[in-house]
Amino acid sequence: MDVALAVHRLHFAFTVTFHYLFPQLTMGLALLLVIVKTVALRTGDEHWAEASRFWIRIFAINFVMGVVTGIPMEFQFGTNWSEFSKAAGNVIGQTLAMEGVFAFFLESTFLGLLLFGERRLGPRGHWLAAFLVFLGAWISGYFIIATDAWMQHPVGHAVGADGRIELVSFWGLVGNPWALWQFAHNMIGATITACFVMAGVGAFYLLTGSHVRYGEIFLRVGVLAGVVATIVQLYPTGDGHGRMVAEHQPATLAAMEGLFKTERGAPIALVGQPDVEKQRLDNPIFVPRMLSFLTYRRWLSEVSGLEAFPRENWPDNIPLLYYSYHIMVGLGTMFIAVMLVASWLLLRGALFRTRWMLWILMLAIPFPYIANTAGWITAEVGRQPWVIYGLMRTSSGYSHNVSAGNALFTLIGFMGLYTVLAILFLFLVRREIEHGPGAAEA
Amino acid sequence: MPTLWFCLVAVMVAMYTVFDGFDIGTGIAHLFVARSTPERRLVLQSIGPVWDGNEVWLIAAGGTLYFAFPALYAASFSGFYLPLMMVLWLLILRGISIELRNHLQGAIWSPFWDVVFALSSMLLAVFFGAALGNVIRGVPMDETGRFFEPLWTDFLPGANAGILDWYTVLVGLAAFFALGMHGAFWISLKTRDAIRERARVFAARSWYVVVVATAAITVTSFRLQPQILRNLTDRPWGYLFPALALVGLIGAYRYHAAHREAKAFLCSSLYLAGMLSSAAFGVYPYVLPAVTDPSRALTVHNAAAPLTGLRIGIVWWSFGMALAVAYVAYTYWSFRGKVAVDREGY
Repeated sequence: MDVALAVHRLHFAFTVTFHYLFPQLTMGLALLLVIVKTVALRTGDEHWAEASRFWIRIFAINFVMGVVTGIPMEFQFGTNWSEFSKAAGNVIGQTLAMEGVFAFFLESTFLGLLLFGERRLGPRGHWLAAFLVFLGAWISGYFIIATDAWMQHPVGHAVGADGRIELVSFWGLVGNPWALWQFAHNMIGATITACFVMAGVGAFYLLTGSHVRYGEIFLRVGVLAGVVATIVQLYPTGDGHGRMVAEHQPATLAAMEGLFKTERGAPIALVGQPDVEKQRLDNPIFVPRMLSFLTYRRWLSEVSGLEAFPRENWPDNIPLLYYSYHIMVGLGTMFIAVMLVASWLLLRGALFRTRWMLWILMLAIPFPYIANTAGWITAEVGRQPWVIYGLMRTSSGYSHNVSAGNALFTLIGFMGLYTVLAILFLFLVRREIEHGPGAAEA
Repeated sequence: MPTLWFCLVAVMVAMYTVFDGFDIGTGIAHLFVARSTPERRLVLQSIGPVWDGNEVWLIAAGGTLYFAFPALYAASFSGFYLPLMMVLWLLILRGISIELRNHLQGAIWSPFWDVVFALSSMLLAVFFGAALGNVIRGVPMDETGRFFEPLWTDFLPGANAGILDWYTVLVGLAAFFALGMHGAFWISLKTRDAIRERARVFAARSWYVVVVATAAITVTSFRLQPQILRNLTDRPWGYLFPALALVGLIGAYRYHAAHREAKAFLCSSLYLAGMLSSAAFGVYPYVLPAVTDPSRALTVHNAAAPLTGLRIGIVWWSFGMALAVAYVAYTYWSFRGKVAVDREGY
C-alpha cells in the first residue's frame, strides 16, 4: 500500500476510534437517564433524582470529550480525504450538515439546561430537558449512520459526467435501508455500553459497601435495560444488519466468516485463524450448515466464498476483519449470558448479595467498549477496498496534496493530545465515582 | 442558486464569528480582566452554558460549505492542512479547559486551565484572522486546482505565498483585537463591579487598536485583491457592508461611553458581521482566489455542487435553520442577566 494512503487511513481510524469511546456512552446513557428521571418523577423518590444527578455529571465529562474529539472528524473529510470530498461532498455533506442543524443545536441547548437548570425548570421541565438531550443525541447518531450507510450502500444519488456525485433523492439518502438497520444495531450497542457501565458502577458500590442505596438503583436499571438490549442486539438488529451485508457486500460477508470456498450448506466458524495465502481457515471449530441458515434461512443454501469474487475486490485486511467480527459476536453472546443470569438473580431478589455476579458485572465494564469498537472495525474494514462501496476506491479518495510526512506529523500530534485527554478523563471519572451520588450523605 | 448558497454560507460564518467570537474574546480578555480565582470562575460561568452551542455554528457552517461547495471544501481544507489541524488542537484544548476548570478547586488546577483557556483563545483568534486573510489574498493554486501551503515562506504575499505573511498576520492581529473587544463587551454585560470595570477599560483600549487595524487591513486588502474595488465599482450597493461595519464600530464606542453594555455588544457584533460580509462581497465571485494564475481560482460557479443537490438542500436547510434560531434564542433567554457567584451548577 502507498505510504500516504496508509497514514491517512490510520489518521482517520485512530481519531474516530478514540472519538467513539465517548458518544457510545453518552447516547446510551441519555436513554437510561430518561428512564431514571421518569422513575424519579413518578415516585418522587429523592434517591432516584440524586442518582440521575450523578449520571448527569458523568454524562457531562463524556459529552465534552465527545464534542472536542468530534469536531476533527468533520474537518478530516476535507483535510485528509479531499478527493473523496470533492466527488461526494454534495451527498455526505448534507447528512453532516443535517447533524449540526437538526441535532447539535437541540442537544447543546438542552444540555446547558440539563446541567445548569434543574432548579429553574422544576422536575417536569428538567425531565423534558433530559428527554430532548436524548432526542438530540439519537438524531445526531442517525445522521452520522446515514452518512456511513451511504458509503456502505450508496443510494439516492446520480454520478455526473465529470465524476461528481450529486444527491437526487433526499428520502433515498435519509431512508437508506442500510442506515435503518445500522442505526438500530449501533444505538442498541451504545445502550449496552451504558447498561454495563451503570450496572458495573453499581456493583462496585455494593462490593465496596459505599453508596449502597444508589448502587442498587444502578444495578436495577443497568441489568433490566441490559437484558433487553443485549437480546435485541442479536435479534433482530444484528441479524438484520448481517443480512444487509450478505445482500449488498457478499465478498465482505465471506471475509468476515473466513469462507474462502463457495459452499452449499456452509458451516459457521466459531474460532479459527484465516490464512489468506493458503486460502483456508486454520484450527477451525465449525457449526455445520449454520452460515447458510443464518444468511438465507435455508440449511442447504449456497453461500459464495471469497473465490467467487475478483481478488482486487476482496477486503484488503481479511484477518483484521475476521477477528473484529468474531470478537464482536463472541462478546455479544457473552453479554446476553451475563445479563440473563444477572436479571434472573435480580428478579429473585438475590443479586445484591451474590458477590461473584457483582464481581463479573464490575469487571465487564471495558468489554462493551471493545465490542462496539470491533463492530465498527468490521463495518469499515469490511467496506474496503472501497471508500464508497462500488463507486470509489479508498486509494483514490485521500488528499493527494497532503504528503505522508505532513499527515504523520498531525497523527502523532493527535496521539499525544488524546493521551492527555484519556488521562484527564480517567482521573475525573474516577473522582466522580469515588465521590459518588448523594453528596449530603457521602 | 450557487450565489444564494454563497450568501447563506457567508451568513453562517458571520453567525459563528459573532457567537463563538464573544467566547473566544472572553478568553482573550480573561487573564487581564479577571484577577482572582473566583473572578475567573465567574467569567467562565458567563460562557459555560453557551460556548458549546456557539461552536455548533462552526460545525453547521462547515457542513453547509461541504455540500454546497464540495470542491472548495476539498481544496481549502487539504491546502490549509497544517494550520487547520492546529486549529483543531486549539479547539480541543480550549473546550476541555472551559469544562474541566471548575471540576476541581486547587492552587494548581484552576490557574493552569485559566492559562490554557486564554492562550488557546488568543491563538484561535489569530489563526481565524489569518485564514480570512488567506482567502482574501488568494492561494498558490496549481494547474490541477490543488495547493498545499506551507506555514510560511518569505512572509511576502506573492505567488510563493505561505499561510503567514505580513498581510495575513495583520488580519490575524486585527481579529485578535476585534474579538478581544467583542469578548470584553460580553464580560461587561454579564458581570458587575470590579470585573465589569476592568472589562470596560479593556474594551475601550482594544477599540482604539481595532480602529487602526481596521484602517490598515482595509487599505492593504484593496491593494492585494483588486476584485474588491471592481465589485464596489460595479455594484455600488455593496458599500452597505463596510458602512455597517463602520456604524458598528462607532456605535460600540458611543454606547460604551454611555454605559449601555447590551447595545455596545450588539454594535461590536454588527462590526464583525459587517467586516465579514464586506470580505465576502469583495472577493465574489471568487471563493478561493489564486495568486498564481487567476484562471485557476475557485469561484462560486466552478466550486458549487450540481443544481439538483443544491435544490434539495435548500428545503431542509431552511426548515432546520428556523429551528436552530429558535433554540439559540431560547438558550440566551434562559441564561439572560448577570452571572452571580454560587449559582447552580453541576
